[in-house]
Amino acid sequence: MSDMSENLLFSKTHEWVRVESDARGAKIATVGVSAFAIQALTDLVYIELPQAGRQVTAGEPFGEVESVKAVSDLYSPVNGQIVEVNTAIVDHLDRLSADPYGAGWLVKIKLSDESALRDLLDPAAYQKQCEEASSE
Amino acid sequence: MTYILNTHEDQEAMLKAVGASSLEELFAMVPAELRLRRPLELPSAMGELELSAHLAELAARNTAVDRAVCFLGGGAYDHFVPAVVDFVAARSEFYTSYTPYQAEASQGNLQALFEYQTLIAQLTAMDVSNSSLYDGGSAAAEAVLMALSVAHRAERVVVAASVHPEYREVLATYLLNGNTELVTVAATDGAVAPAELAAAVNDRTACVLIQHPNFFGCLEDVGAAAEIAHRAGALLLVVFDPISLGLLKRPGDYGADIAVAEGQSLGNPLSFGGPYLGILACREPFFRRMPGRLVGQTIDRRGRRCWVLTLQTREQHIRREKATSNVCTNQALLALRAAVYLALMGPSGMRHVAELCLQKARYAAEKLTASGALSLAFQQPTFKEFALRVRNGNVNRLLEAARTKGIFAGLPLGRWYPELADCLLVAVTEKRTRSEIDRLAALVA
Repeated sequence: MSDMSENLLFSKTHEWVRVESDARGAKIATVGVSAFAIQALTDLVYIELPQAGRQVTAGEPFGEVESVKAVSDLYSPVNGQIVEVNTAIVDHLDRLSADPYGAGWLVKIKLSDESALRDLLDPAAYQKQCEEASSE
Repeated sequence: MTYILNTHEDQEAMLKAVGASSLEELFAMVPAELRLRRPLELPSAMGELELSAHLAELAARNTAVDRAVCFLGGGAYDHFVPAVVDFVAARSEFYTSYTPYQAEASQGNLQALFEYQTLIAQLTAMDVSNSSLYDGGSAAAEAVLMALSVAHRAERVVVAASVHPEYREVLATYLLNGNTELVTVAATDGAVAPAELAAAVNDRTACVLIQHPNFFGCLEDVGAAAEIAHRAGALLLVVFDPISLGLLKRPGDYGADIAVAEGQSLGNPLSFGGPYLGILACREPFFRRMPGRLVGQTIDRRGRRCWVLTLQTREQHIRREKATSNVCTNQALLALRAAVYLALMGPSGMRHVAELCLQKARYAAEKLTASGALSLAFQQPTFKEFALRVRNGNVNRLLEAARTKGIFAGLPLGRWYPELADCLLVAVTEKRTRSEIDRLAALVA
């Protein structure tokens, strides 16, 4: 996980979050799936993403990713409203594995509050969780 | 099938294995008030000869359609079943086989179901068909659940009153414990008026469910229904009659998003009401939300064509409580019969059957209304079925009089539509002859 950007936060359910401020100062969280999770899912065949405008709650599903063997929910790591969806990725699932923290982003969420950020893991803590999962 | 005995010695062995000293001890945790303290009220056992005679006597009390003239319809029809359908379906490889738990071990079964799916997709002009559901009613309800999921709207479902009343009952049962409002649009003069449909559909409506030809045999304005549904962002769900597609536009051609049907007409006998065949097909964007099983074609590691169960991630054994449906099987033998029937008939055969139904139904409608004792209940174009109003209002007396002459004249409509208590529904398939129709006409004149 050498490519892991240092300014990301991670959920225990393997979503990553990058929080930035937009031009008006609103906090926008870009959300994707971690490289560890993408690798664990193996061959991806389908992803279902929500429509922009939908309200999401931390810990609740906002979409699904399907591999040849399983369907996994994508859980929102934050509270807020979806303002942008990476619709192009539906037809380019390879971007999820090729560039999970860049072109592989899934949705941008305008935060309604920052409380959920406190429950997220920093890169080191997340890496530790992944290593423990791998060694099980 | 082996008859599994349950002898005293077997019971002793089982009790010993579970560590109980007696049956009484085994059932001790069942509260006394729930225990039956007497033997079941069953007649004494019969010998084989006696039993055969008893069953034959019971069976003889039924009147099968091959011993009467059948104008009954309303979802189940007396269509001709060519002998080749029975011949293929009765082969032991199909007839006695149960789907193995490793479904791919039975390539023949999967290939037959793949052919069924392909034929249904061609018949309906839809992109994908599943490998079948249980019957028309549950297929309609499953289609609505599918639409709720696809549309991401669960507030409202709009259904025409001219959809089979029993299908609507099944649907109401499915929706009983949800928060979905089921709105029924009246079928004034035997079909839904587009303006009334439009008034019932709003931007929180997940889908519109209509039947075409509808329960009364009348054609609906499906083009208008599609436009109304799609304009509101809802899906159009259609219950179709497979035989009618020999003549009528196919659901995929007029904008249906999910098409469902009772498949009994396709090579399956009436059998006193079942088992029947649920057909469900949809447009490509929605197939991941389909209920039931899907067979796909692929190649094996040596490059040979083969078949697999595909998209199983939709199903319960993988997706658990988020599965698209709790249907984890299909109606394999009846789907096979439908596939054989469709393959045998081909497009020209389907057209021929549909033309015969239409022409004979037209002839019957004219003959039956000629005396004035009966009249058409609705002024609508119809296919193979039509509703008649009895002038003296006594539907049951007419049906009884016909029954004594060996004719099932039709289905009384008052059971589902109180306002049509003086009406009956008459179905005319390709099997009805001119003399049969004339006999009924003479009887009701």
